Amino acid sequence: MSSLLEVRDLTVRLRMDAGPREVITDSSFDIAAGESLGLVGESGSGKSMTARAIARLLPDGAQCTGSVTFDGTDVLALSGDDLRRHRALVAVVFQDPRAHINPVRRIDDFMTESLRILEDVSRNEARRRAADALAEVGIDDPAKRLRQFPHQLSGGMLQRVMIATALLSKPRLLLADECTTALDVTTQAEVMAILDDLRRTLDLAMLFITHDLELAGAVCDRTCVMYAGQVVETRSARLLHQDPLHPYSAALVQARPDIASTAERLIAIPGRPLSAFEAPAGCRFAPRCPHVQDECRAQDQPVSDLDGGQVRCRRAVELRGSLLDGAHV
Amino acid sequence: MSEQPAAAETVLSVRNLRKVFGSLVAVADMTFDLVPGRSLAIVGESGSGKTTVARMIVGLEKPTSGTIVACGRDRSRPARRGAERKLRGREVQIVFQDPYSSLDPRQSGADLVDEVLRVHHDHDAQTRKRIVGELAEVVGLDRRQMHALPKALSGGQRQRVAIARALATDPRVLILDESVAALDVSIQAQVLNVLADIRDERGISYILISHDLAVVRQLTEDAIVMQRGLVVERGLTADVLDHPQHPYTQMLRASVPGPGWKPQRTRGLLAADPRAATA
Repeated sequence: MSSLLEVRDLTVRLRMDAGPREVITDSSFDIAAGESLGLVGESGSGKSMTARAIARLLPDGAQCTGSVTFDGTDVLALSGDDLRRHRALVAVVFQDPRAHINPVRRIDDFMTESLRILEDVSRNEARRRAADALAEVGIDDPAKRLRQFPHQLSGGMLQRVMIATALLSKPRLLLADECTTALDVTTQAEVMAILDDLRRTLDLAMLFITHDLELAGAVCDRTCVMYAGQVVETRSARLLHQDPLHPYSAALVQARPDIASTAERLIAIPGRPLSAFEAPAGCRFAPRCPHVQDECRAQDQPVSDLDGGQVRCRRAVELRGSLLDGAHV
Repeated sequence: MSEQPAAAETVLSVRNLRKVFGSLVAVADMTFDLVPGRSLAIVGESGSGKTTVARMIVGLEKPTSGTIVACGRDRSRPARRGAERKLRGREVQIVFQDPYSSLDPRQSGADLVDEVLRVHHDHDAQTRKRIVGELAEVVGLDRRQMHALPKALSGGQRQRVAIARALATDPRVLILDESVAALDVSIQAQVLNVLADIRDERGISYILISHDLAVVRQLTEDAIVMQRGLVVERGLTADVLDHPQHPYTQMLRASVPGPGWKPQRTRGLLAADPRAATA
């Protein structure tokens, strides 16, 4: 399978008052056409910034090194009309729909604005396409919804409007950034079902960003785990739960309570998640890792291939299979 | 719950509790008993009324009808005197969801806990200092963290401060209103372990308001499922989650991702809720 998106050795620094701060370090992954890749990590791990780098939505003054290639095009070099075209092909759906929609304008205006401006489509034609897109995400009576204001729609309904809007530009890659986190579980299931359908019918590739390992495992083909700005493991979503390769992935799997049983104690990871700029030299997970050795702290960890996945841990081969056994506090 | 032995042992008893906002019935008819050292989950989605129940128990909302009795004293009506209000505050405490908005940005954890101790107990400065230290240890914060302003703390650390504050009155009942929902997975596990330890050591009862069924399984023995103000199912947490009887509970359970999970469209049930979309 050839890749639709290739991210290679991506490093991103943001301009801060105190000087540049690294938020992503040396991270690589691919997404094939029609594939769904999960990007999992805790706060500050750099998952949202990864999506922003791909859509070229990073804040002013951000510096990127490495490469992002979308369908053969160098994304980091785009500008002007080419960049606009890129943003149509790569659509983003964010966590909080209410923060990304103008509350005093009707759904109609919001959905058709880019069509009318960028593609010079007539108002009636744009409205018709918007109504079709709403129907596609399972909204009844689209004509009525188009006349409504954002506050008249529930969160789940509004998130479907955001997805429908993202689809209007006929994207090939959808970046879904925690797009179901703010929704109730039944609504989340509904939105996930819609995304899953769309992915199949439109052959849409998806980067699904979430903190929920189980959700990523259920809807993605492969999962990348990020820690402190680095991808530490890429693995088939199913195997990540049964046979994780990186101690951090294993710790995440174990820290989550299980709906089917009550644990005597949860196996918590000591300390707190770090951001890239706070991370120590050597392995970034070392201060919290139960399997740490002196060598881990001394050197940056290389990424190696293992059993169809990639892992950034020098002890991965040695530790494989035993990561889910030992309890640590 | 209903099969639990009666009044003498209950620390909190709620009978036919009802709250109506205008034409909206937020809580239709809620009844339960809580015994010492046992934890009850109230489960439901947005708009189910679970937070309204919590707010009535701590006195932030006045019930339309029904009774709430905590530690043998009725608290269904607003306290008429300051002393009565303080007494109620000592008995039942609450930890809110968002540790970013529920702490005073100008007050350190140590000052906050100290203030609660001064208001509620007659300790001298030395004793208060000792208790602040003990509570910091219970929730797992070091001296520096306990004396830092909230802005210098992470979400998990702030939530620990909020728990320490709630424990300062030595309450019999602690209400956890989505208290671990906003935390990262690794931090959530730490806080859940701290909460389990506190319960074992102090015999506190928890009411856990949550939409997260895995967290409910981990921390509670009994569960009540609410939908649009109505109690639709109740029982032992393990039974409710393993063998849900009501269609709504079954749908909630089926919506939780896990191995082999396929997201289902649940439109029929959602469309039935007038609040799912304002027409």
